[in-house]
Amino acid sequence: MKLYEFQAKELFAQGGIPIPRGTMVTDPEAAAAAAAEIGRSVVKAQAHAGGRGKAGFIKVADAPAQAQTLAAAMLGETFKGFVISRLLIEEAVDIDQEYYLAITVDRESKSPIMICSAKGGIDIEDVAETDPDAIVSLVIDVAYGPWDFQLRDLAERAKLDPKSYRQFVDIAKKLYDVFIRNDAALAEINPLMVLKDGRMIAADAKFDIDDNALFRHEALLGLKEEAEEDPIEAEAHRQGVTYVKLPGDIGIMGNGAGIVMGTLDMVTREGGAPANFCDIGGGASEEVVRRCLSVVLMNPNVKGVLINVFGGITRGDAVAGGVLAAVSSLNVKVPIVVRMAGTRAEEGLKLLEGSALVPEGNPVEAARKIIALVKGA
Amino acid sequence: MGILVGKDTRLVVQGITGREGSSHANQMLEYGTPLVAGVTPGRGGQRFQDRVPIYDSVAQAVEQEGANTSIIFVPPPFAGDAIIEAAAAGIRLVICITEGVPVIDTVRAVRYIEELGDKCRLIGPNCPGIMTPGEARVGIMPSSIFRKGNVGVVSRSGTLTYEVVDLITKAGMGVSTCIGVGGDPVIGTTFVDVLEMLAEDEQTEKVLLIGEIGGNDEETAAAYIKEKFKKPIFGFISGRSAPPGKRMGHAGAIISGGKGTPEAKVAAFHDAGMTVSDTLAEMVERAKALG
Repeated sequence: MKLYEFQAKELFAQGGIPIPRGTMVTDPEAAAAAAAEIGRSVVKAQAHAGGRGKAGFIKVADAPAQAQTLAAAMLGETFKGFVISRLLIEEAVDIDQEYYLAITVDRESKSPIMICSAKGGIDIEDVAETDPDAIVSLVIDVAYGPWDFQLRDLAERAKLDPKSYRQFVDIAKKLYDVFIRNDAALAEINPLMVLKDGRMIAADAKFDIDDNALFRHEALLGLKEEAEEDPIEAEAHRQGVTYVKLPGDIGIMGNGAGIVMGTLDMVTREGGAPANFCDIGGGASEEVVRRCLSVVLMNPNVKGVLINVFGGITRGDAVAGGVLAAVSSLNVKVPIVVRMAGTRAEEGLKLLEGSALVPEGNPVEAARKIIALVKGA
Repeated sequence: MGILVGKDTRLVVQGITGREGSSHANQMLEYGTPLVAGVTPGRGGQRFQDRVPIYDSVAQAVEQEGANTSIIFVPPPFAGDAIIEAAAAGIRLVICITEGVPVIDTVRAVRYIEELGDKCRLIGPNCPGIMTPGEARVGIMPSSIFRKGNVGVVSRSGTLTYEVVDLITKAGMGVSTCIGVGGDPVIGTTFVDVLEMLAEDEQTEKVLLIGEIGGNDEETAAAYIKEKFKKPIFGFISGRSAPPGKRMGHAGAIISGGKGTPEAKVAAFHDAGMTVSDTLAEMVERAKALG
């Protein structure tokens, strides 16, 4: 779950990480009031995407009236698919240096990893491309957390200004604490700013929380902004359906993440375009199939559906029964191809004969059939 | 023979009285898996199906029944602790089926187990377990599709693995050991670990490796294969059509920041001299053609 900058900064502040003074607002008048309080300020559109500055969604306001005008211009605008409904009004600061600091979980070392660079303020992936040596990292032993000497070494390797080491070590340790305490998948400060007066602050904040750990963060759960997700994905999420929207026109369902991924690949290779990823899980009862199918059909682009089931522990005939019942209760108008293999698959396919559904045993043939049906429609 | 599980396995099921735990415990018993104990805190002294003793802790199951392998079905909030409990009790092989374990819990469990050196190994989380046909089923793979044979199978997926095993059986071949390493970003045992074991296993004559997008475990495996792995090995990569930034069901199946792309994985396999099939059927045909 991604947090907005202003939410991430609240977590930073709670953890003792210095941030600029600021207020989140949702209308131009409040922006003016906040700017009046803060003084010379920066108006920052809140969105779950980077590159706001370049696109004109971060601007300096010298006076409250200007903050109001900028706010009015940004609110309601769309940035990378996100409609802007919140702004962070923040004190404008005098920049001396811009660094980069982030923590994530490294799959290879199976540990938290801290990433640092003296080249902050720009997209770190661009730095990785143009100047990979400017990015250094520290694998952290989760049993102890980072030691001060390791962080000083990291700062040295990153070629930060030695005058900043002490503040850097302090902020890096606090960021690690915030990362662990909130079950983050990513905690990023870019830029980690050194001001003209020598203070180091987190000028921007990116924070992504491990979805698997949300159960133990009820307070954070309240921040979940379903309005910003795709509406069908949000509905699927509410219904407990594993669903990812994709740009094509063939709905895809299957029993397991692997088989669904494999089905997407197959359909794509055969020249079709999947409209979604949808995992119906093990069991595949009528109720579950109906719930999944109704979510898949919420997408108006869907012109046909391919259901790919491997009967393992779940028997094919039981799945076929579930699919038939779900389809008849939903009054489905688009063609549906059901591919079935594994335990009692033949019995399952036989059950589907004579129905509106198209049974098929071979996965590649099933993909070809649904593509032909969708193209013919 | 096969690897990791077999006739010497003495299995304890953590979470044996839960819905998933009890259902799969039954199927493992049916298959003839040496299931010696179950654990559900607070239910010690009872019996599962009137035969398998239930204990309050893994330590008791080790002490009383000599359990050496554990399979975990407990819910995600408690799975990390369950892994460490098993490791602390002296279990040598811990298999965590549970999906949805917080990543940092897995990181801690892996860290704990690392300290034990070669005394303990974790498979998973978010995996279908291990099957050594004719000897032991320690997991949730459907028994009926398996025949004993000389093909080793290692995969990050569950269902896709069943599909390939079904194809192997239908092609008249069989499986030595089939291992699902798990779909999470951080897992206890990776492809290379499994390949090292399959390399030593006499029963395994060829290997099918099913990778997927996300991370770089396939690339690491390819480097190992190129250097050291001598048996014929066939590759497949799932998720080749997935757009970047979208998580494809498995928590670990995501292309992010230009990393974990199928192109990089396919290229790495090719560089290791492996074929990468477009379909599972093609992969199985290639394995069969080898004789």
